[in-house]
Amino acid sequence: MTNVPVEGIKIPDIAHPEPQNNWRKYFSFSTDHKVIGIQYLVTSFVFFLIGGLLSMVIRAELITPPADLIDRTLYNSMFTMHGTIMIFLWIFPSLVGLANYLVPLMIGARDMAFPRLNAAAFWMVPVFGILLMTSYFLPSGTAQAGWWSYPPVSTQNPTDSVITGEFIWILAVAISGVSSIMGAVNFVTTIVRMRAPGMTYFRMPAYVWTVLSAQLIQLAALPALTAGAIMLLFDAAAGTAFFNPEKGGNPVLFQHFFWFYSHPAVYVMVLPIFGVFSEIFPVYSRKPLFGYKVVAVSSLLISGVSVLVWVHHMYASGTPGWMRMLFMASTMLVAVPTGIKVFAWVATIWKGKLRLDTPMLFCLGALLMFVFAGVTGVMLASVPIDIHVNNTYFVVGHFHYIVFGTITMGMFAALYHWFPKMTGRMYFEGLGKVHFILAFIGTNLCFLPMHLAGLHGMVRRVSSYDPEFAFSNVLASLGGFLLGMSTIPFILNMVGSWAQGKPAPDNPWRAIGLEWLVSSPPPVENFEALPIVVSGPYGYGKSDPLVENAAALKEG
Amino acid sequence: MNLKTIIGIGAYVAVLIAASLWVGQQAYGWLPPQATAESMLIDDLFSLFSTIGAFVLLGIAGVVLYTVFTQSVSRFDTSDGPHMEGNIKLEIVWTAIPLLLVFFLAGYSYQTYQQMAVRGPMDLVHLHHLPGSTPTAYAAEMETEPVEEVEVYAKQWAWTFRYPDTGVVSSDLHLPVNRRIRLLMTADEVIHGFYVPAFRLKQDIMPKRVTEFEFTPIREGTYRLNDSQFSGTYFAIMKANVVVESPESYRQWLASAAAQPAVPAENPAYSEYTNKRLKRFGGWKTVEPATPPLVNAISES
Repeated sequence: MTNVPVEGIKIPDIAHPEPQNNWRKYFSFSTDHKVIGIQYLVTSFVFFLIGGLLSMVIRAELITPPADLIDRTLYNSMFTMHGTIMIFLWIFPSLVGLANYLVPLMIGARDMAFPRLNAAAFWMVPVFGILLMTSYFLPSGTAQAGWWSYPPVSTQNPTDSVITGEFIWILAVAISGVSSIMGAVNFVTTIVRMRAPGMTYFRMPAYVWTVLSAQLIQLAALPALTAGAIMLLFDAAAGTAFFNPEKGGNPVLFQHFFWFYSHPAVYVMVLPIFGVFSEIFPVYSRKPLFGYKVVAVSSLLISGVSVLVWVHHMYASGTPGWMRMLFMASTMLVAVPTGIKVFAWVATIWKGKLRLDTPMLFCLGALLMFVFAGVTGVMLASVPIDIHVNNTYFVVGHFHYIVFGTITMGMFAALYHWFPKMTGRMYFEGLGKVHFILAFIGTNLCFLPMHLAGLHGMVRRVSSYDPEFAFSNVLASLGGFLLGMSTIPFILNMVGSWAQGKPAPDNPWRAIGLEWLVSSPPPVENFEALPIVVSGPYGYGKSDPLVENAAALKEG
Repeated sequence: MNLKTIIGIGAYVAVLIAASLWVGQQAYGWLPPQATAESMLIDDLFSLFSTIGAFVLLGIAGVVLYTVFTQSVSRFDTSDGPHMEGNIKLEIVWTAIPLLLVFFLAGYSYQTYQQMAVRGPMDLVHLHHLPGSTPTAYAAEMETEPVEEVEVYAKQWAWTFRYPDTGVVSSDLHLPVNRRIRLLMTADEVIHGFYVPAFRLKQDIMPKRVTEFEFTPIREGTYRLNDSQFSGTYFAIMKANVVVESPESYRQWLASAAAQPAVPAENPAYSEYTNKRLKRFGGWKTVEPATPPLVNAISES
């Protein structure tokens, strides 16, 4: 392994031939981590809108008990594609995009460790995204087996063709996995090797710790899913029998492969958002992150425990009793490091000087919804309770409080907070607050009633249901439509502000962090001279300098 | 800490406890009727979790909202808050308490699970097990009382129930009240799930394998059986009635059903598939529903 000193790393100018503020760079094979970050964010947001549109159709079908809107096969396609798009084409790539933009700036690097690998990983996203979309034009239609794609349902093929929606789905998921592994290698290397002088591990912002923890999970667990997907592909297309009970295969084996990755994946998704909370609460409370070191290390603890909990998705499946008990204990254990974080955030805002700007509102709303999701999560970890609510709308409500109420709301907080840095423009505060209010009400109205329907026994993935669940579903549908509406002020705000918002100063929030010491947007190579870090990341309430050479970071 | 702080915290905790106990009582109302012995155990556990959950949620939300409403400043205020970096004692407390709490909750859940003694599924991970043998360890002690056995067959998308003693085949599941029931469940092509919300019990049924499942119904009435593991196109309408009745009417029903000739059952999936006039938007080719099973006793509703 060559040991290149960070000072020596100079990215050749040839990599950035275009002038800096040329919009065309966003459509090119750029190797600038900031361009790639925004490419990820914009691409994933387009898929967020597509996935959201599918969920509007789902809520329209479910507003009345009978299946009276779309064919049942199309309904099954709707929730399959909704889940797949939201996870693999919105949450994952948007988080990778945010990390791409922020990590090098936050640790004082000029780019990621492997800029070309970074660009290649990004360009796989539109490739598998479009590939997945083409399955709508196949005679077989799209995949219809849910995003879990459990065999034998997923390998049943009523058509004559081998190229089915399911086939395309597995390919797309496999490509997504390759892209994520490439990203993970890059992030871990960047964080370990490219920190600026003086940027020790315990001077890294908590966000960087969470990205490191999340990407380590990707490296450890994602290969299991990729292997499972490839075996499933052979079962579906080549007649092998890894999971086919007719020929002596074992369908439960796939469930293990799938959840061995797909539960830790939840932490891959939520950890960076915990990092966002840890960045934003101090800025808008004007106080240091409470118990920074413990919060930082708890991310790694969450990563560690997260790879030992997957069977809690299979309590009602073919699992023996001892396995159920073991995984109940390990799953509940996740609540401990997570609780440390929650208490630390609450202690951070306690006695602070709170400024309720849009990013802060989104973080506060997301924090409350996350605590609620945590409570229902511990309930789900308990085997006897789970045996009742497993595969019901209780679970659907629970995880939407995580994926929307926590992750997506936290992502919005991050987008507003770093928007001035990314674009050099300020967003419109009024529109931001409208967005928050609509999204907060919409989320609770949509997903809270689902818990009640689930407790009464409404099974998930149904296209029709008994009339006794009608009331919860009408509320959920209205909330869902409100959520759909709430993206309109967001889009107006982002597009309008980028085009003609007020020019942003270097540090509009008076935040502490290396990214706020350079211009908005930062120049191609981020720092004129590499920063020499001399203090910890959250010096609010003190006036210690963060770096020794603040003046030298910026161009003349 | 001065006296005022202690009284303040004490009052806050007292209000929280009262509110959480109230929530814990409400929790019973969020659940369907208790139709099995197991459902009462689960509901008590759920109520306990709801009480503790409400305490945590309300406690945190209260502090957050109090801070938001008392500590907000104008966005043009440039002052900072106090530079508090942490507090080791406090951090140990909020690590230790959740740790103890989750051990307690896991232990309590474990106890409930043992009391339920749901005869678990076989260990499917170990393929050498013979179908129908080796229940899990937790179901070991009981087994003195008489057990009513019923065979359950799940296929895309129909439930059928066979009573081995009489040979009766039915599309409704009839069960005698207050008797231990043992289901021997098999699926045809894909995984299905046996789920009766009023029973609070759920178990996946694997294709080509017998999965045993035990419980005790304690309340007469008609309940809904759902398929709980996604099984394809007509998953949503793969349902059946579960009729829990007195042992006398159960025996009468068995006797009269045994005298009936087998006729094709009504099957919503099959009739929806063959109904060409039904037109909804879109759709693709589906796996064909199996032909309706032949049964002695057709569905009553």
